[in-house]
Amino acid sequence: MLNYIKLIALAVVTLFAMIAANYARDVAYQIHAIIVALVSGGLFIWTLRSVGDTKVAPQNEYLDGVVRAGVIATSFWGVVGFLAGVFIAFQLAFPALNFDWAQGYANFGRLRPLHTSAVIFAFGGNALIASSFFVVQRTSAARLWGGNLSWFVFWGYQLFIVLAATGYLLGGTQSKEYAEPEWYVDLWLTVVWLAYLAVFLGTVIKRKEKHIYVANWFYLSFIVTVAMLHVVNNLSIPVSVFGSKSVQVFSGVQDAMTQWWYGHNAVGFFLTAGFLGMMYYFIPKQAERPVFSYKLSIIHFWALIFIYIWAGPHHLHYTALPDWASTLGMVFSIVLWMPSWGGMINGLMTLSGAWDKLRTDPIIRMMVISVGFYGMSTFEGPMMSIRAVNSLSHYTDWTIGHVHSGALGWNGMITFGALYYLVPVLWKRERLYSLSLVSWHFWLATIGIVLYAASMWVTGIMEGLMWREVDANGFLVNSFADTVAAKFPMYVVRGVGGLMFLTGAIIMCYNLYMTVRAAPAKEPLATAVPAE
Amino acid sequence: METYSLLREFADSWMLLFLFAFFVGVIVWVFRPGSTKEYSETADIPFRHEDKPATD
Repeated sequence: MLNYIKLIALAVVTLFAMIAANYARDVAYQIHAIIVALVSGGLFIWTLRSVGDTKVAPQNEYLDGVVRAGVIATSFWGVVGFLAGVFIAFQLAFPALNFDWAQGYANFGRLRPLHTSAVIFAFGGNALIASSFFVVQRTSAARLWGGNLSWFVFWGYQLFIVLAATGYLLGGTQSKEYAEPEWYVDLWLTVVWLAYLAVFLGTVIKRKEKHIYVANWFYLSFIVTVAMLHVVNNLSIPVSVFGSKSVQVFSGVQDAMTQWWYGHNAVGFFLTAGFLGMMYYFIPKQAERPVFSYKLSIIHFWALIFIYIWAGPHHLHYTALPDWASTLGMVFSIVLWMPSWGGMINGLMTLSGAWDKLRTDPIIRMMVISVGFYGMSTFEGPMMSIRAVNSLSHYTDWTIGHVHSGALGWNGMITFGALYYLVPVLWKRERLYSLSLVSWHFWLATIGIVLYAASMWVTGIMEGLMWREVDANGFLVNSFADTVAAKFPMYVVRGVGGLMFLTGAIIMCYNLYMTVRAAPAKEPLATAVPAE
Repeated sequence: METYSLLREFADSWMLLFLFAFFVGVIVWVFRPGSTKEYSETADIPFRHEDKPATD
């Protein structure tokens, strides 16, 4: 019965997408309609061919297939996102890389949102979805709820990524930072996200453990908050059902405030709370000892939840936003020092009594440096949110350096650590293919981040000072182009740092691939494969 | 009273008090007698069901 409903729905979607491709008012929408028609048409045929197959869903095993797929997707999108980042870094250093023949598609302005979304949502999002599915099963002692719904979440999310990425290149964007996708892509993500919430919450509800482990609290807050942020920030009215253009419901400073309430909490709940969920599971597992203080982890959780949500206005210092609002944002950002550092201490001290592992286990080293970068960038962030500091740092490369020490250092490194932990477990291998390759990855990535962050500090502070420099008569000394010229050497250093980080990630992919291919097997994969 | 002023007054009085009290309540709750024992059991969850779900 369910299959018939699925077939009818897929047929309707395919038909509508084909009609939409015909009536499309812009290229981005047309290409998207074709993609949707192909995907739903393909799914129609696939569903039709598998009608009548019996599905095996053994309740005495974890559902790990979707986690394995998530690990592959994370590695793939990671490399894609880092590659895009390296390319646009060199585009800034050498403008000739904005090729004439690709004008309007592959110039910096189009590729930049592709890079940010690929890294945050494709790499980070897949890492979060995969690891949360892994962790919630192990800590609830229950198989994922909802049968194949988790596969819908996985593939639905990949479709969202493809629609978002192609949309940016073709100009389908609503120009909100980290929320660029247009209305229909937003609606699709809402559907996928609610399914994700259902799978996660369903598994937590049917858990066999009495308590909900702290990692699941963090994951759940990430899922719930992102749903709320996404819906509110994307309230918009499409101009036509056959076009990608839409008009925001809010306008002016209200729109700006909503955008940065979204934007900063995307950092707070997507890139922080979600990844802290990873930290609270994978660091104890890799260190083979429970978290340093469970009490501290609970206080960490509630403090983060209560404080982060207010910090957004610090993105709007010296704008039309009322002073009281930006002061509120600044004060809460500074208060955030406490829970952030509490969490960092909790992560680091989990190693107390096992510090020797730092010497022998490059994976633990990766996780520790990731928590170190978490501490560093959550120190830097509140400092930059202070109005006086912000007057120097805002609109400069310092901000970009700050974001990257958080994203590459904290999110990237903890994800790499989790991937190195997950692959041998998921594919039932005794160990990784090569630990020395992990060390190579570790040092390439670390030196790459240091080059990146250091060059951005130098160039950011330099251009901030150059912009405000006035001569004895009160005239500005430098033109904008002067600052651009002065930044050239730092831009090259930044590109080199990014290249090192990318190289490390490619080494990781090779290592993980060889782990699956060549490392000694622990026992045969016990996954039940339905008879074809 | 217009909606904005009403909500604003509620937000910076009763709601603020509620959120603050909730937060302080959490901290007090975490340090309740007997919590150390209970939490050390909870902190061990990741090490219990690595390979397959619990059978009831």
